[in-house]
This record gives sequence, C-alpha cells and structure tokens, in this order.
Amino acid sequence: MADESYPEDLKYHTEHDWVRIEGDEGIFGITWYAQDTLGEVVFYDSPQVGTQLTKDQSYAEVESVKAVSDVFAPMSGEITAVNEALSDAPDTINSDPYGDGWMVKVRLSDPSETESLMDAAAYREMLKNA
Amino acid sequence: MGRAPLDKLDSRALPTPVDTLRRTALYERHRATGARLVPFAGWEMPVEYEGIRVEHLAVRTGAGIFDVSHMGQVETSGPDAERFLQHALSNDIAMIPPAGAQYSVLCREDGGIVDDLFTYRLEDRFLTVTNASRHEADTARLRELAEGYDVTLHDAAGEYAMLALQGPNARTELSRLIEGDAPSRMRVTLAEVAGAPCLVCGTGYTGEDGVELLTRPEYAPRIWDALTAEAVVPVGLGARDTLRLEVCFHLYGNDMSEERNPVEAGLGWACKLETGFVGSEALREVDPPERLAAFAFTSPGIPRPGNAVRTEDGMTGVVTSGTLSPSLGTGIGLAYVPKETAAAPGTRIEVDVRGKLRQAEIREKPLYRRENR
Repeated sequence: MADESYPEDLKYHTEHDWVRIEGDEGIFGITWYAQDTLGEVVFYDSPQVGTQLTKDQSYAEVESVKAVSDVFAPMSGEITAVNEALSDAPDTINSDPYGDGWMVKVRLSDPSETESLMDAAAYREMLKNA
Repeated sequence: MGRAPLDKLDSRALPTPVDTLRRTALYERHRATGARLVPFAGWEMPVEYEGIRVEHLAVRTGAGIFDVSHMGQVETSGPDAERFLQHALSNDIAMIPPAGAQYSVLCREDGGIVDDLFTYRLEDRFLTVTNASRHEADTARLRELAEGYDVTLHDAAGEYAMLALQGPNARTELSRLIEGDAPSRMRVTLAEVAGAPCLVCGTGYTGEDGVELLTRPEYAPRIWDALTAEAVVPVGLGARDTLRLEVCFHLYGNDMSEERNPVEAGLGWACKLETGFVGSEALREVDPPERLAAFAFTSPGIPRPGNAVRTEDGMTGVVTSGTLSPSLGTGIGLAYVPKETAAAPGTRIEVDVRGKLRQAEIREKPLYRRENR
C-alpha cells in the first residue's frame, strides 16, 4: 500500500478522481483516499477504447472483496488507451494510484473543464472537512 | 468513486448515529491495530485490519482471532428449560449431550426464519448465541413462547465478550494458553485461557477447526494480547464473511429472513419435525419452488447480493451472498434458484452483475474443501 499523497501536478474531482493533463490528452485515475477507503482492489473491468466519456459520469467500477465503487470522469472526451495491466493486477491501483495504477487515457473535448476541478491543496482541504 | 458501497457490513447495519454505536471490550485494541471500523448491527466493529484476503488466507493456513462480541447470548434455566427449548428451537434439543453444542433455527408459526442459533448445554443452564442484528427479535420471540413454561430466560448479551480462534493451527495456539484440555468439536468446557475463566467452545463459523471463547468483557483484552503476541492474526468481519461463504454457511439477513423457511434455505437437516417445534406444522406442508444453491463464476467478475440469476431455460433467481473467494480466486455465492436447478450441480447459469451478464455454474456445497488448497 502506498503512503498518502496528492501530487501537485494533478487536478482533482470531488468524487476522488484525478486527471494528469498532457497537451490535449488527459490520464485518469482514482486518488489515494479513494483506494484507501475501498481497500484492496480485487477486480477492475477496463472500459473500451473509443468510448465517449462525459464529465461527472461513471465510466468504470472498482471492486474490493466487500464493496464496489464507481469511477467518475473528471473531464469529457474519448478514450484513446486503457491500462490493460490492471485486469491481471488490479491491486496496482492500491500500490501506485498515480503511476502504474492509471486507468484510461482520454482525448479531451473541452480543456476548459479543468476550471471546475481542484488543485492538490483544495482537494486536501476538502478531505480535511469531509 | 462514489455511490454507497455495496458493503453488506455497512448496509446491514442499523441506522444508528455513529456516536451511539456500541463498542466491544476490544475496541481500543482494534484502534491500535489500525482496523477499519464500520457500523454493524448497532456496533462499531472491525471489518478488516491488514486486508480481507490476507486475513482470510491466514485463517485457512494458520490461525486467526475474531472479535465477535457483538453476538448476543440468552441463558435458559429452570425445570422446563429443555422442554421449552425443544418447543422453541427447530433441532432436537434432547440430542445435545452434556457440554455439547447444536445448531438450530428459531421459526415463526408459518416457518419463516427468525434467526439461526448455536445452543450449548451447560451444567445448570442452556446458553444460546444469537446474531447481533436479531438479538432483540429473538429474546422477544423466546419470551412470548415461554408463556406457560417454568423457565427463566436471561438476556446475557452484556455479560460476555466473545472471541473466535480459528484455523488449522488454532488448537496449537490455544494449547500454549489453556489450563487443561481444549474441548473437542461441538463440545464446551470451562477453562482458564491466559489466566481468564472462559467457556471454551469447539465451534466456529469458518469451516476450519478452532474454538470460540466466551468470557467476561474485562478479560477479553488479556486473551487477545496473549494470542496476537504470537502467530495469531487479527481477522475482521470482512474475512469472517468470505470464510463462511466459501463453506456455504448461511448468514442471517442475506441467505435467511422471516420470508424464507428452513426448507428452501437448505436447513432441513437442522429441523426435527417430530419434536413439534414452533413452525414444524407449517414446514410439514411446504414444498417451496426455490432452494438456496451454491454457485461459482466461470467468468471474471464478483457476484453481489441482489443480482438476478437466469437459468438456460429462462427461469430466474436471486443472489443472496456473493464475493470474490480468496481461496479459489473466482466469484462465488449463494442464490435462491428453482429447486430443479439447485439439485443439479454443473447447471450453467447467468448472473446479472449491474447490467453485465456473467457466466456461472451451480456447484455442490461446500464451495471450498481443504483438499482444494
């Protein structure tokens, strides 16, 4: 299990999802808090490349032994790549939530959507008040 | 993330505000061990420590200790104690030998299941262990049924802490701490464990050998400390659920309810109709169309309670317990299905997991046996 962290170079969604913006693409995943709340991830079913994602909508599920949680898109766009390694090793989401535990790569359709997302400091503040 | 987790431990909990949750005598131990604590039937209970899978496998291969102090106890004594319990409980109480244990069901008149229980025959009384979520319903029902019997019913739930020591190494671990002999399976003995007087019961709900210890709450921490100081792993209610499900033990509230009777739940073996217990008349008549069956996924995915089941000939059913089996590595569960389906292991079924159809097949119970390891 990784130590708690919220990297400064990411943008955060209120449902505990993150996006790393690289040009006109975004990489999505779930935060340390999300995986910690869920416990060991034992099942993750990748969505299909080409799927259109809408900001604030669920695009996948992560499951622990006891629970299932939706994964929400922090921004809109089309999936260009999925992390296929997660189907064999879903607990990578626990051990490296911001690195090898990434979920999808998305061609962003509206880069201005970042304006409604939080930076790391604001997200940490939200967790503190949760 | 989002959506309330389909966490049975959470969703089954009574809607009690967090500040009124009851805590067991081991609460501080759980906090210190880093347990994830959740509301469960009005109690603040550890659902996991290191992780459900690790804890599960520790019980299958070594020894684990569970705090099950949320479970309730009722003591029955008096001249009519045995005759009363024979009337109230489904199994044949007369068959419990001295210092013996027995599993039974408490039924409504119409056969609906009020609770499932273990009863121990002690020297001067019977001790019955209830499910936490059903303790109030059980005691109310027993008091009602006790009308006309010369018995004393004592609600002893506040007087006991209860620990379950389970796993292939459980008895070895116990032998370091117990004065005298441990009881054999389905027997109970009074003995000191780590210097604390305990009722030591050769029972458990994991499919492994082991004991359950009933003691005064103030002694519980010392027993916990003595066991966990060595190779005994603290195990939460999450793994308790996966362990019991692999061996197809039923969970009240999931696999049993007042709307289901013991025949459809597959508990006919614990119902001795000839004793004339409450509900036996109704059970003589019933031939329910559904039975509780065990199944395993032959595809990826994890079944969850409430998922719909479809058979190849278009019949339907419903999952009542589902999880990822840590021992088998596949999705497993229990489901009410047409009795013809339940009677035919190998029958292919489909389980609708939130819109995705997953392939599965009916299996013989239990789903896990030691030789599968």
